[in-house]
Amino acid sequence: MANVLVFIDNPGNALKKSTLELLTLGRSLGETAVALNGELHQGVSATLAEYGVSAVFRPSAQDLDDYLVSAKAAYLGAAASAAGAGTVLLDNSPEGKEIAARLGIRLNAGVITDVVAVDTDGTAHKSVLAGSYTTAARTTTAVSVLTVKANNVTPEPASVASAPETSTIDVPADATTGARITAREQKVASGRPDLSDARIVVAGGRGVDGDFGPVEQLADALGAAVGASRAATDAGWISHDAQVGQTGRTVSPQLYISAGISGAIQQKAGMQTAKIIVAVNKDAESPIFEIADFGIIGDLFDVLPQATEEIKKRKG
Amino acid sequence: MKIIVLVKHVPDAQFDRHLTGEGYTTDRDESILSELDEYALEAALQLAEARGGAKAGNHVIALSMGASGAVNAVKKALQMGATEGVHLTDSGLAGSDAAATSLALAAAIRHLGTGAPVDLVLTGMASTDGETSLVPAQLAERLGLPQVTFASSLTVDGGRITARRDADTYSETVEASLPAVVSVTDQINEPRYPNFKGIIAAKRKSITTLSLADIGVDPTHVGHAGSWTTVTAAEERPPRTAGTIITDEGDAGVRLVDFLAAQKLL
Repeated sequence: MANVLVFIDNPGNALKKSTLELLTLGRSLGETAVALNGELHQGVSATLAEYGVSAVFRPSAQDLDDYLVSAKAAYLGAAASAAGAGTVLLDNSPEGKEIAARLGIRLNAGVITDVVAVDTDGTAHKSVLAGSYTTAARTTTAVSVLTVKANNVTPEPASVASAPETSTIDVPADATTGARITAREQKVASGRPDLSDARIVVAGGRGVDGDFGPVEQLADALGAAVGASRAATDAGWISHDAQVGQTGRTVSPQLYISAGISGAIQQKAGMQTAKIIVAVNKDAESPIFEIADFGIIGDLFDVLPQATEEIKKRKG
Repeated sequence: MKIIVLVKHVPDAQFDRHLTGEGYTTDRDESILSELDEYALEAALQLAEARGGAKAGNHVIALSMGASGAVNAVKKALQMGATEGVHLTDSGLAGSDAAATSLALAAAIRHLGTGAPVDLVLTGMASTDGETSLVPAQLAERLGLPQVTFASSLTVDGGRITARRDADTYSETVEASLPAVVSVTDQINEPRYPNFKGIIAAKRKSITTLSLADIGVDPTHVGHAGSWTTVTAAEERPPRTAGTIITDEGDAGVRLVDFLAAQKLL
């Protein structure tokens, strides 16, 4: 019997850093099992052992990806019951939160999203109202479902590796009803880290005036993800996926570099829990300077390329 | 078609927002219709209009749950063009988490479906206060309906709905049969402003008030008592303060890298 169940969705050949964070957090709360969807590759299997996972569950059905959310929630519910899990951990992606939502109703379990830390007694910590409050919350139910934000736990393998047993979970018959995914187009891969998980984000706004080149080049020099304000995505200069803010993506990286963004409240709401904020803007009156740890009043078309060159020089 | 749109009365994000009282609930002074719900309402109005509007039996019902002020979200929805308004309000609902909220809303939707069934429940992608985005999925699970979430486009043809949604690395086309619960993003449309005619017309539209007894919900299943999560502590974060601000004198890029190096971020 494991106390903690971690959901891992289609990991491919290697586990993402955010998944390693979930496994590390899970181990701090008890014996950890994994409910996997998708193929179990050799490398992933080895990492699960390194991280001390006691059991790996796999679904009896191969077509969970063909249905929207409900099929994965049904599978995970069955896996949580089989494991006897008191805590289920998922990533904090939009899909992770929705699977958690449906799972919560299936298991009569309280759901807490946007979690940044969990105490051993199950108290979860998060920030709310666009980062203006930090709260502690608990579930009042036998099972807790938590979605955990990336970049808040340092991944650490277990002191002793495990030899997890793999078993199959019968997916409930009602799993494959509901909304069906009839087509899926892969987007062109940028080679950059995912915005929600990235340790560093470089974001551009109205000030880039249609040219994201300097933002992208600085991002690549730093190994960062590229973000954007709503003004920039609405103008069509960059895909909507890059939008950081209240109606876009909420990010919480180690470093957020804001270039040519004034810092309206909706944009600040999406990024003000970043550990360090750097702002570059021509307008000294921009509200972004009120919250920046390091602010540069200047033209991003001068400052960003110079910084990019300097980073390349120092990295040799 | 009978479309229910969920509209939430949330604190205006332009002002400082606060948690108050024993349960650390959100202070709802200075509240407005959640911006993200306007997209759901616009989507509903467009679907109804494309089918000949209310005259042809297409009804858009704006439903809000909350204390007395929440009726303002319903009024705004009526001004934009919703045909009817419903305000679910009861002291027993105070402090409901997403699970309790979805239970009450599911009961209200079942209640509104007596007589003519509901074809579609439309919501925003998240509220701009709680921001959990849990309620649409939980509502779908409770009603046993398919959910189509984060739709950036939407078409309804006969008894089927087709939507497009964008994930990080791919875009999906999703299909479901009606009835369904659908949440939409801010990419789906450009919400209309209430015009003078709409504001005048809204004054003549009725708003039905429902209590927990009306929808057959036991007060112990909602509110603080019925919630599955509880906030045990809340602390206002000290506001971020400005750090070093410099003016570019030709070397700001280098100074930026010096700063990053000092913070061990290179």
